[in-house]
Amino acid sequence: MSEYLVDIKNERLSFFTPAGEVKALNDVSIHMREGEVLGIVGESGSGKSVTAYSLMGLTAHPGKLIDGSLYFNGHQIETMSDKEMRKIRGNEVSIIFQDPMTSLNPVYTIGNQIMEAVFLHTDKNRAQAKERARELLELVGINEPEKRLRQYPHELSGGMRQRVMIAIALACEPKLLIADEPTTALDVTIQAQILELMMELKDKLGMAIIMITHDLGVVASMCERIAVMYAGKIVEYGTADDIFYSPKHEYTKGLIRSIPKLDTKEHERLVPIEGTPVDMLNPPAGCPFAPRCDSCMKICLREMPPVTHFGRVHYTQCWLNQKEEMEAKQEKGAANE
Amino acid sequence: MLKYVAKRVILGIVTIWAVATLTFFLMNMVPGGPFLSEKAISPQATAALEAKYGLDKPLMQRYVTYMTDALHGDFGDSLKQRGRTVMSIIKMKFPVSARVGGISVLVALCLGVPLGCMAALKRGKFLDSLISVVSTCGIAVPSFVVCTLLMYVLGVNLKLLPTMGLRSWQHYIMPVIALSFYPTAYIMRLMRSSMLDVLGQDYMRTAKAKGVSGFWILFKHAMRNAILPVVTYVGPMLAYTVTGSFVVEKIFVIPGLGGEFIGAIGGRDYTLIMGTTIFLATLIIIMNVIVDIIYKIVDPRIKLK
Amino acid sequence: MKQNPLSFQLNLSPEDFLPATEEEKQSQVIMRESVSFWKDGMRRLVKNKVAMVSLIVIILVMIFSFIVPMFYPYSYKEQFKGANHLAPMEYSEAEQERIAAGEKVFPHIFGTDKMGRDYAIRVMMGSRISLVVGLIATAIILVIGSVYGSIAAFFGGKVDLIMMRIVDIIYTIPDILLIVLLSFALKAPLNALKNEPGFGWVGIVGQNLISIFIVFALLYWVGMSRMVRSQILTLKESEFVTAARAMGVSNGKIIRRHLLTNCIGILIVTTTLQIPSSIFTESFLSFLGMGVAVPLPSLGSLASDALNGFNTYPYLLFVPAGLISLIILSFNLLGDGLRDAFDPKLKH
Repeated sequence: MSEYLVDIKNERLSFFTPAGEVKALNDVSIHMREGEVLGIVGESGSGKSVTAYSLMGLTAHPGKLIDGSLYFNGHQIETMSDKEMRKIRGNEVSIIFQDPMTSLNPVYTIGNQIMEAVFLHTDKNRAQAKERARELLELVGINEPEKRLRQYPHELSGGMRQRVMIAIALACEPKLLIADEPTTALDVTIQAQILELMMELKDKLGMAIIMITHDLGVVASMCERIAVMYAGKIVEYGTADDIFYSPKHEYTKGLIRSIPKLDTKEHERLVPIEGTPVDMLNPPAGCPFAPRCDSCMKICLREMPPVTHFGRVHYTQCWLNQKEEMEAKQEKGAANE
Repeated sequence: MLKYVAKRVILGIVTIWAVATLTFFLMNMVPGGPFLSEKAISPQATAALEAKYGLDKPLMQRYVTYMTDALHGDFGDSLKQRGRTVMSIIKMKFPVSARVGGISVLVALCLGVPLGCMAALKRGKFLDSLISVVSTCGIAVPSFVVCTLLMYVLGVNLKLLPTMGLRSWQHYIMPVIALSFYPTAYIMRLMRSSMLDVLGQDYMRTAKAKGVSGFWILFKHAMRNAILPVVTYVGPMLAYTVTGSFVVEKIFVIPGLGGEFIGAIGGRDYTLIMGTTIFLATLIIIMNVIVDIIYKIVDPRIKLK
Repeated sequence: MKQNPLSFQLNLSPEDFLPATEEEKQSQVIMRESVSFWKDGMRRLVKNKVAMVSLIVIILVMIFSFIVPMFYPYSYKEQFKGANHLAPMEYSEAEQERIAAGEKVFPHIFGTDKMGRDYAIRVMMGSRISLVVGLIATAIILVIGSVYGSIAAFFGGKVDLIMMRIVDIIYTIPDILLIVLLSFALKAPLNALKNEPGFGWVGIVGQNLISIFIVFALLYWVGMSRMVRSQILTLKESEFVTAARAMGVSNGKIIRRHLLTNCIGILIVTTTLQIPSSIFTESFLSFLGMGVAVPLPSLGSLASDALNGFNTYPYLLFVPAGLISLIILSFNLLGDGLRDAFDPKLKH
């Protein structure tokens, strides 16, 4: 048993593609308490979604868990059969996907798809399930729910469909909601509405949320804890304040520099992170970010950096932090002498 | 919906008219005629016969006469089979072909769809390879080879099944196997590839994330989306199959419409060619309209224009 | 603050913490070489064992039907007296006498047919004809179908409507009817043509075979044109075409540069799959007696000739029928392999 709702320990996961083994997750550990909101930030291919999917037992073929343990709400995920997993999916943990346009089955009505989730995990009869579906649509702020229940996905706008996806996800009041870039495919104005809705629902229903995104703005407004991922590793982890006000890892600093701010002076430019993400088929021996890092050192190219802790929560994996820490220690030692 | 069907019917009539016109003129432009091959007949007799069936009149006039009669449902008499109308020949031969063809299409669907699904689900496994090999071989063997092999092994060597005619249910076995061979293999391939396509869709992931079991994912979420290409294929295929396959009818000596049609072409039985062509065209058009309607029922996104 | 124990295991020297040079950084970046669409596809194709085996089979069949006959001691129309219906590897009496006299006689590997012709060379010539029919017919279909389909799709509206209506009509006419009528209609003009200087080949190939090509040109492109049309309709909506149009690129250039190049992968696949279907159709026509002219054989006509004496000489059917099936099978499997390798939609 664990004190946490989610406790992922040293997860390693690889995709065995014809071109070779892609190490998608490399020693990833995450823990969350009930009702907590965790943001996972990173560029495409950094392993954000893979982490979340593996927690639901939805790792796509040809992915395989190599090592580590996944614990969720009293279940040891990696040891469970598919049948046992099905009882949890959509019930204790649900997920909202990135593209609401393609995530709903085009040939069934909205009502049918929401009620399916209700039927699967409760023993409600038809009328009750329908009532529940109506209730859910109201909950996610869809007007005229009676009419919507009879409509097909293609008759709704993108924002509406994402609301329907949320309604499906919330059908059984899950303990954990995974939102996989829920706003990426939506218009900016709709994005804000959906995020607001999610926060509102979290307050109402008290579930924990994992928010996967590459948009730092989204996590800043929503998340208590943030994990920054790069090339299948968590390079920095901390509270929202840690990450935004005292970022330690060069990658995180780069990410924050690249956000447009309202108070930038006229001629100040946004600073992009140069270079491209690593090739996961041939990962470098040392820190994966080293080739793109401005402060790269010789050791960075040779060895994986160890974990450096800053306080109870905040930690990074960066040689620079190690170096600073060692220097601080030496100074301290020198002062003691 | 009704408006759409009406529109399609009108369009269909135009198509049938175009097909009939094209066939009529092409057929008549080709040198030779229905009574030329019969050497026993004297020129006078030929002329008399041609006069009887109106073949001596100018082409345009014959065309107008034929079309007017056809509009009234009169497709004329067969030129070669004395004393029988085209309609009566079709009425007699079509049910025979339709029975064999209909059973074959059913068999093809009942085997092809589930096997194709299974191959897609077990992608890359032994069963998939086996089904793929069988189906690819299935579309590679010409039907006359299938017929002859069946005949040789089951009919002649083992004497398990009767080889000629359609008198009992045993008579149906070999023609049905021969006729359903290709479509079964084709449907298997079609089903496999469209199923694979659907299995990769985002909504399948949603269904899985909801906790839907494998069985229901397949039958509720995947099947309805994956079946569409099969519907498209089966529509016209059904029209062709029920009107009879010449090869199968020739080898198994089945008195069906397919053999009749080839015979008519060879003998220049103008009226019978026209009648059968129009009949086949009508069937194909009806099947296409039905396919479109089924499409609309299965996939609500499709707008019938 | 506690130190990670890992760092103690490493022997860290102060030098390690010196800034790395740009070259050192770059040497670490093992970029996957950027692979073009074609290279990537080829790599996948080469890895596909089934497709490779099919390709080898196709090449072997081609050698068998185009090169081997050149060195073969018999001709496909040469009739040997008293050598009718020899079993495979059997010699006629005349030949046995020659062998007895110390002469070397090339064996009839597949025996002889009822006219006393060596069957092996007839099968070779037959597969040559079938392949030629398959390839030429497919080339005709490819050109007409893709041009027609892309024009219909590109201009859309009324043009598309009328062009597709024509396709519907052609699709609805029974093909057998047209083939028979055409072969009758073309008999006279082609016979006249073969007496013209330079057109002697018409007589050898036979007017039936030429009719078949014309029928393919007239009929069988409809499937191809429908496919190209639907492909281009989707591509037409894509942003890069809008961009090209916004830059003022001409219609012809958009079709050639942007639309056709983007569906070239699927065109190759469809073409490869069309070849077996053309061979299939030819063999069916030969079965109906509407294929190549005697004495030229095709696999279909060989098989249908063999049907008559099938109970006594089954090998006469098995050889050509097996070869047709093998050729069609290999082209189909190669086509599947090409699709897996080049169809971007199927990448998972």
